[in-house]
Parts: sequence; C-alpha cells; structure tokens
Amino acid sequence: MIGLWKKQDLLAFIIALIGIWLLPTMISTYTLTILVIYGMLGLSLGLIWGFGGILCFGQAAFFGLGAYTYAIAAINIGESTVPMLLAILVPGVFATLFGAMMFYGHLTDVYLGVITLVVTLILFKFINSTAGPQYAIGHARLGGFNGIPGFHTLNVPGRTDIFIWGDTLYYVCALALLVVFFFVTWLLRTSFGRIAIGIRENETRISLMGYDVRARKTILFAIGAAIAGLAGALFANWGEIVTPGLFSLQQNAEVIIWCIVGGLGTRFGPIIGAAGLAYLKFLLGQQTLIDNAIIMGLILVIFVLFLPKGLVPATTSLWQSIYDRWPVRRSGSRRRTRSRSATHHA
Amino acid sequence: MAVGGARDPEAQPIMPETVLETVGLTMRFGGVVASDNVHFKLKERELRCLIGPNGAGKSTFFKCISGLHKPTEGHVFMQGTETTGWLPHQIASLGVGIKTQNPNVLNGLSVFENIWMAARRFYPNEEASDRATDIIDKLALSYIAKAELGQLAHGERQRVELGLVVVGNPWLVLLDEPAAGMSSADVEHMSRIIDDMTRTAAVIVVEHDMQFIRSIASTVTVFYQGAVLMEDHVDGVMSDPTVRNVYLGKKA
Amino acid sequence: MDLFFVIFVEILYGIASLALISIGLAVVFGMMKVINLAHGEFMMLGGYATITAVNLGINVFVAMLIIAPLLVGVIGLLVERLVIRHLYGRLVDTMLATWGLSLFFIGIVTMIFGNTTTSITTPIRGFAVGNYQINGYNFFIIFMACLLLIAIYAVLKITRLGLIARGTMQSADIAASLGYNSDHIYMVTFFCGASLTGLAGAIFAPLVGLVPTSGSAYMAEAFITVVAGGPSLIIGLLSGATAFGAINQIVTFTSSAVLGEVAILVAAVIILRLIPKGITSRFFKGKM
Repeated sequence: MIGLWKKQDLLAFIIALIGIWLLPTMISTYTLTILVIYGMLGLSLGLIWGFGGILCFGQAAFFGLGAYTYAIAAINIGESTVPMLLAILVPGVFATLFGAMMFYGHLTDVYLGVITLVVTLILFKFINSTAGPQYAIGHARLGGFNGIPGFHTLNVPGRTDIFIWGDTLYYVCALALLVVFFFVTWLLRTSFGRIAIGIRENETRISLMGYDVRARKTILFAIGAAIAGLAGALFANWGEIVTPGLFSLQQNAEVIIWCIVGGLGTRFGPIIGAAGLAYLKFLLGQQTLIDNAIIMGLILVIFVLFLPKGLVPATTSLWQSIYDRWPVRRSGSRRRTRSRSATHHA
Repeated sequence: MAVGGARDPEAQPIMPETVLETVGLTMRFGGVVASDNVHFKLKERELRCLIGPNGAGKSTFFKCISGLHKPTEGHVFMQGTETTGWLPHQIASLGVGIKTQNPNVLNGLSVFENIWMAARRFYPNEEASDRATDIIDKLALSYIAKAELGQLAHGERQRVELGLVVVGNPWLVLLDEPAAGMSSADVEHMSRIIDDMTRTAAVIVVEHDMQFIRSIASTVTVFYQGAVLMEDHVDGVMSDPTVRNVYLGKKA
Repeated sequence: MDLFFVIFVEILYGIASLALISIGLAVVFGMMKVINLAHGEFMMLGGYATITAVNLGINVFVAMLIIAPLLVGVIGLLVERLVIRHLYGRLVDTMLATWGLSLFFIGIVTMIFGNTTTSITTPIRGFAVGNYQINGYNFFIIFMACLLLIAIYAVLKITRLGLIARGTMQSADIAASLGYNSDHIYMVTFFCGASLTGLAGAIFAPLVGLVPTSGSAYMAEAFITVVAGGPSLIIGLLSGATAFGAINQIVTFTSSAVLGEVAILVAAVIILRLIPKGITSRFFKGKM
C-alpha cells in the first residue's frame, strides 16, 4: 500500500541488468533480440488477459499492426523516430476503437475470443490480398503475401545515417523490455491497475462499486495493444521485413501458449514463457525429425490439462511451501493466482 | 432533518426528504409482468423491508432500482434526479451502496483489497486505506483482513460485502437478502450493522426471513404478483389476513 | 435470365457450403457448449483421408462418404476421451486445449504428407447455362447440405436419441436426472460432430489444393456461422449460413473473392456486436 516501489523491484532490476549483460555470452544477440521482442509481446497479452481478464485471441493483430505501421511510415518518412511512435500509437488507437466497440457491447469470454480472432483473420486476409500495385500507402506498397522489405531501420534519433543494429539493437530491445516491464509493474500498483484486477475477479461487483468497467477495460486493452505495437516495430527492425504471417493464427496461438505456459496473472510468466518457448522453437528448428507445431500443440494441451496455472505460479507456490512457515493457501478458482508482489497491498 | 421544502414548496418543511421514488415502474420479460406499476417512496434514513413470496417481483424491483435491469416503463428518481435506465456504476456513483442476492465479492483478493477498492471510488488512495481499515475494525474483520475472500465462510463473506457497501459512506443502501444462509449469531450481527447504517443512510432490505425483519422492526412493503399489496409496520403486516394468505400462510 | 440463375445458384452454393463447413461445430457447440478450435483441422484430416484413399484406388464417393467420416469420427472420439472430457464446464480451457490439438494435427500431417499441396479432381463435371459455366459439383454440395440438415432434423425430431439430445441441449442436468449418462451423450455427440466435420472436409477436398494449414481457412467461417447463429442448432446454423453465405457471394460477385471473405468477417463482427448471443437468441427463440 505504502509507496509504489518495493525492495524486490530493485532486485529484479539488478538481476535483469546482469542478465542482459551475461546472456550474449551464451546465445547469439541475433537470437536474443527476438526472444526479448517476443517477451514483450507475451507481457502485453499477460497484462490484459492475466490481470485484466480480457480474453484476447488476437494479440498478434496489434503486433502485426505495429510492425506494418513502422515499415510503412519508415518508407515514407525515411527515418525511424516518428515511425516508432506511430507504431505504438496506431495499434493503441485501433484497440481503443475496437475495444470500445466490444466492451460497450458487453461482449465477454468466448464471444470476445471469437471477435478478436476474427478481426485478426480479417487483417491477415486483407494484407495477404494486397499484392497488386494499387495497394500502397504513400510510397510504401503493401506487397500482399510477400510483405514489405527494404524499409529504413532504427537509427539514432536525429542522425539518419547512424543505424542501430546487431548487438546494439539487442541492448536497445532489452532496455525497452525493461522499461515496459517496470511500466507494467507501476501500472498494476496504481489504483487503475488494482481496479483492473478487481474487474478480472468480478465485473459486476466493480460496477456496483461505481466504476465504469467498460471504459477501464477499453483503456487497459489499448495499453496492451500499444505494448504489442512497440514489440511489432522492434520486430520489424530485427527482421528487416514484415509479412502477413505476423497476423496469422499460428502467431496468435503462440502468444497464448507463452502466457499459459509461463503463467497468467504474473508479470514474469509471459516473458519467461515467450522467451523459453521461442528458444525451444529455435532449437527445434535445427532438426527435421519432429515438426515443431506438434511440440507446441502438445505443450498447450498438457499445460491446460495438468498445469493450468503455468510455470511461474507453480514454482512460486512450491518455493513458498518450502520456505513459508504457514501452509500455502490454495485458491479454489483457477487462473486467479497472481504473483504476490503484483497485487499485495498491505 | 433535511430541508425538504426547499425543493418542493408544497411539502411541509418538517417532512424528511424523499430520497428514492418510483413512479409506475413496470418490468416485463416477454409476456411475464415481473414488476407491475409500482409506486414507491422512501424517505431519508428510513429502513424499509421488501417481502413477498417467491416470484412476487421484489428482486426485479430491486434490480430496476439498482440499474441491473432497465425497466420497461415508469420512472426512478433518486434525490430528485431521474435515474431510469442508468447503469449500475452510474447509480453507485451517486452514493448508493448495493448488495446483490448472491454474494458479489472479489474472490481472489483479500478482505482489505475488496474494501479498499470500494473506498477508492470515493476517496483518494491514503484516505481509502484509512477508511477501509476503519470499516474492517468496525465489522470485526481484522483477524481475516489479509485472507483471500475465496477461503472465507459464507457469513464472513456476507459481512465483507456489507463492508464494501458501506465504506463509501452511501446515503442509500440496497440489500438483497443479506441474512440468507447465515447462522443466528451472524444474523444478529447483521441486524446490528443495518441498524447502524440507518444513522446515515436510507436502507432497503429484500428479505424472506420474518424473524430477521422483526428484529430490525421496520416498515414493510409486501409484493404480490409484481405489484405492491400493502405497506405497513411489520406488526401490522404480520397480522393482516390477506398477507397471511398470500405469503405467510403458504410458508407455514 | 441466365445470369440470375447463375447468381442464384452461386448464392445457394455459398449458403450450403457454409452450412456444411459449420455443421459439425454446430452440433458440438449446440449440445455440449464446447467450441472446438480444432474443427478446421478435423476438416483438413477428412480431406487428407479422402485424397489418400482415392490415391490407393478406392472409389471417390466411398472415400468421401464413408472412410473420411469414420476416420475423423474415431479421431474425434479419441480427442474427447483423452482431452475434452476432463475440461467440461471450462469453456475457455476447452478452446485452448483444442487450439493446441489443432497445432498438433497440423504438425502430424506436415510430417506425413509434407508441406506441399495435395489434390484430386472433381468427380462431377461442370456444364454450361447460356454463356456461363457452372460447376456441377456445386449442386452436389447443395444437395449434401440439404440432406444432412434434414437428417439431423429427423434424428432430433423422431428418434429416441434425438429426444435425449434435445433434452441435453436444454439442460444437461435434466437429461442426467432422467437417468441418461451425460458422459455417454457427450461422447456420442462429439463422435457425430467429428464425423460430420470429416465428411464436410472430404466433400471440399476436390475443390481446394489441400495443405496441412488448410483448416484455419474453414475454422474462421465455421466459427462465426455457429456463434452468430446462436443457440438453436438447425435454425441457428441456417440463419448464420444464409446471412454470411449471401453476403459472401454478393460481395465476391461485385468485387473479389478475398473481399467476399473479408466482408463476412466484418459482418460477423457487426452481428455479434448487435446481438452478442447470436441471431437465434433474439429471433426463432426455442426452435431446434
């Protein structure tokens, strides 16, 4: 309750810095960059689903939208600072409108899942069909299933001739993730964040308390989309090409799997899930014996069946059951656990 | 006593102000008339019980006032403002505390967090904490302040819900079956809490339990087939033959 | 005149194909309130079963109408017993688990058949109406859609099994209290749903170049047809299919096929925004 920052935040910050520094000695920075970007995408869904209770099956839409916005803006503008900002803004605004439409219509659960998925598919199908030269925004041709290559990548603000790439891009992405992580931490400790958690727990009660649930869900949804958009823009810089595959069902499924495996209702879970599974996929990609869709599919089924809370909450409660003198109290309802640090008030 | 006369020149100045009024409130579900042309008035700091057999329309009426249903016809006024068709959060924002029939609490959060969130709607962070702590003390919930709601007994959860209803300092409290499923000790506790509420707020209680209604001894509105059958003090209602017929007679 | 006839047949075809694509999903959703996200993959499996059987020298109609439904039905049975059974009443978890299964099936099929397009020729020839060429297979699809809808209606209306099924649709508790084991009912339902889906996949196999990820194209359409249709099984399916089939064909005819698909998705978003629980939650209430 008192003060927004805690001791464990400083600890997390130091560990993260050490991690950012040490990891390149084990994994190439090229691979690490994408792990970090996926971590941010995972965190964006973890925020709105795990804490806000908004079941979004189309988080990849905002990721793709961010990437495309960056690519299109970068081609037209010829530098990277404004495109980066647009890549955050456009998905955010889109999600505000889209979210308002859904939440003011009182769509919940399954229907929310259906609509978010359908909107992603609309984007996927639409972008896929824009191969013709008539589909262009300014100087940027959308390129259909071929995607958009050859746009101006990240440069030092104000210096269009100094590009940020390779190792530097990794450090930029890692610091961006760190900033987003602490932004999310802060947000969840403000009254807005706490009430968002309340909405996840019981929407009716929160509205009976006098809070406008619809507006709050819309705002949270937009924040999640903006973070996903930032991740998408970074992805565009990493891949140096954007394709409709960013909007695909497969991409959507993966974001959801990251969150389930890592653990909903935690901040670390989706990041660890994303980075871990993306790395696993990278390792699997080096062999041809087993298709990695089989592994990803099985992982999702197994987690839903046997470990629905995900790894981070399971590990945390194991840790606590060992170290706490008091027996661990188990919540009867699933998918409701939060990391203690995130929501513990008093 | 409020200055009721300031608003309505014809009313006598000594009369307490009407805080809640419904005019011709009607609610239909398809062909079923669940609430039938209800005219209802509640005065400042009045305690009123709504009774009636199952399906008599008291819960529907309750939901129409609290914004959970939008009435088909008629009007609702709160402190002179028309609130017909408002959403629950708009009604609650006026300073109306609402407790629904099924315990509506935040199961995954602690007692303190539950009450703090309710307080935060009307007070800044720090004051909300102070008020939440106060209410927790008042309701004798301190020993479980940090426990998750999901693990508490039914009676405790009901008490927490009352806590989050009153922490915002409402001038009108709507309680749907607050004593349902509670032990007699809890019920006694509950009637004391309700009694306490009437010092600052008007209270409507929807209730089945006649014992409980007697213990808080108030004016009773009897619903029957969606309409108001009669309105009187609890003793008058209990001795009324019509009421005994439609309600008490059936129950006994 | 010829043009109108052609357009009419195209619209009818659009409706029939949506109904066919969605029928298995509708049965499972209507009876069990389970949304099977592996629905598209069941269709894909039906398609591969047909093509494989035909390549082995089996008659195409035997492959399509018998082998594919049976095979996919059995796969569905396994899925129900191994996974879905444990998740009843957990709608979101069921969706997630079936999504996992869909990835799993895509992976398996990719490993067996590779990531290349497989196809067979259409077994029914086309013919000309005036200056327009009509695909004869379209009539087969319209016929099969009608046949299946009538069959389901008859089963629900006439047979004892149908009575139990309708009871379960109203309330699983009632059926259970009448002494019917809801576990068995769900198992049979899921088998039927999977078979119907396999059949639909088989029927569409000659029309598309099949790849392991083909399922996702069907999935979205089936999904929105069923959800927009709402709680009633047959009327819901018909109203959803009619709305989207007509919109799809009209937009396709006036612009392009891709925009036709985009149009139905947009229409779905609008319908769900206006009537969140589907068309039959507001109209045709209480019908089958």
